[in-house]
Amino acid sequence: MEILVQGLKEGFLLIWQMDAEIFDVTLLSLQVSLTALVLSALIGVPLGAALALTKVRGKQVILNTVYTLMGLPPVLAGLLVYLLLTSRGLLGQYELLFTPAAMVMAQVLLAAPIVCGLTARAVLALNQEVYDTAATLGATRRQATLSIMREARMGIIAALTTALGRVIAEVGAVMLVGGNIRWSTRVLTTSIVLETRMGNFSTAIAIGIILLTISFAINLFILTLEKRTFRYENTIQIT
Amino acid sequence: MFKKSKLTLIIGLLMIFMMSVLAGCAQEEAPDQSADQPPAAKELKLATTTSTEDSGLLDYILPEFEKDANYKVQVIAVGTGQAIEMGEAGDVDVILVHSRAAEDKFVEDGFGVDRRDVMYNDYLIIGSTEDPAGIKGEADVLKAFVAIQEKQAPFVSRGDNSGTDKKEKGIWKKAEITPEGDWYIEVGQGMGDTFRMADEKKAYTLIDRATYLALKDNYQLEPMVEGSPDLLNPYGVIPVNPEKYAHVDFEGATAFAEWLTSEKGQQMIGEFGVDEYGQALFVPDAK
Repeated sequence: MEILVQGLKEGFLLIWQMDAEIFDVTLLSLQVSLTALVLSALIGVPLGAALALTKVRGKQVILNTVYTLMGLPPVLAGLLVYLLLTSRGLLGQYELLFTPAAMVMAQVLLAAPIVCGLTARAVLALNQEVYDTAATLGATRRQATLSIMREARMGIIAALTTALGRVIAEVGAVMLVGGNIRWSTRVLTTSIVLETRMGNFSTAIAIGIILLTISFAINLFILTLEKRTFRYENTIQIT
Repeated sequence: MFKKSKLTLIIGLLMIFMMSVLAGCAQEEAPDQSADQPPAAKELKLATTTSTEDSGLLDYILPEFEKDANYKVQVIAVGTGQAIEMGEAGDVDVILVHSRAAEDKFVEDGFGVDRRDVMYNDYLIIGSTEDPAGIKGEADVLKAFVAIQEKQAPFVSRGDNSGTDKKEKGIWKKAEITPEGDWYIEVGQGMGDTFRMADEKKAYTLIDRATYLALKDNYQLEPMVEGSPDLLNPYGVIPVNPEKYAHVDFEGATAFAEWLTSEKGQQMIGEFGVDEYGQALFVPDAK
């Protein structure tokens, strides 16, 4: 309990004083995870929608694979990227190992299946009606598809928030491919591991609080956006 | 389509069934193993450094101690800093670490009693054969560190406040250098990970001999500096003070410390590694 209180105090102090190192670490965490999220969205949303809306051979197997990859162990994702980027690896010549770019790659590997899988689920949950209505109203195929995506946006937002939660809290992959190098690839989660290993429990808690605060702020932002787009629609109410 | 999904379902169920059967087998086997062990072995919690665990020393000597003293040792292998913290919090019964200054403080502050010398091992500086700082064969590690800093040659540091990290920082201090800049890479990870990263970056690093010998076949870095007096690394065993924490097993901790420093314990430490590496990894030095 004492350590928790001490951690809280230290956390506020670290934020209040804008500690240069912790600021650097926090900024990198955000840069890496948000970049990974954007890339995952660009890959995952179209792919998920396509999987849900088209008829391809082996669709079930593909979907099943995507759902399985949603639970990919971070350290395994890290290892795969590591082997790709090591100096003896396929992309070794680009010297990307132990750089933020490598961390983004590993996180995309973790987040893209989540975005893809949950998007597919959100679209699959809709009824044929949505498409038919749009088509009856004279929408082109493209417009009708867009209206489906509009209907599924709640699920897609959920997919994105889940993916962000996964990558920003993830430690195994970024530790391996980033290397936790001070002033270079150290992020919030790897700092927590390091401080814990050094026995600085209250500092570790303090950094954890910073991480949670950031997640809270991002989710607040997303929820506010969500509320705005749903302003004219009724939410379910139990009467 | 319907048929296909039915088939998938059946295959899926079969797989789950097979896995649960396998899991069941594993569970059945478990009690058999524990039946071999003496029934009333008491548990002793030991916090130690990753080097004793990773090198295989503990696997080699602990079964013998457990047999002699009828204890079951639970090893928590962490950095020296965390091991000492665990002792200070009364979370373990005894610690086996290597950082003389921190050990003395641990005893002075009343958390531990009766520190004993157990053994020492040594560190070496390893680096790529390209040797950009030209330190291969240098007898004085201080001169080697000066050369590395002057050439701004990449050097990977543990940077995790572990015993090895403190050793390295101590050498920089003694050489009157404040290491900073792009060439000085602080990774905040364990010895094995640090070795791997140094190899990848063709950088120099300070490593304990045990970890080096255990892992050297996986990597390409070679010894550059060894045998310098500043590279020796003594280990001490310290039982946690029962006056601070009544719940710790002081009796067991003392039995462990006595066994390690006994003739038998010392002999086993001295012979560990000779078979596998052709040289001992630790030199016993109990008084």
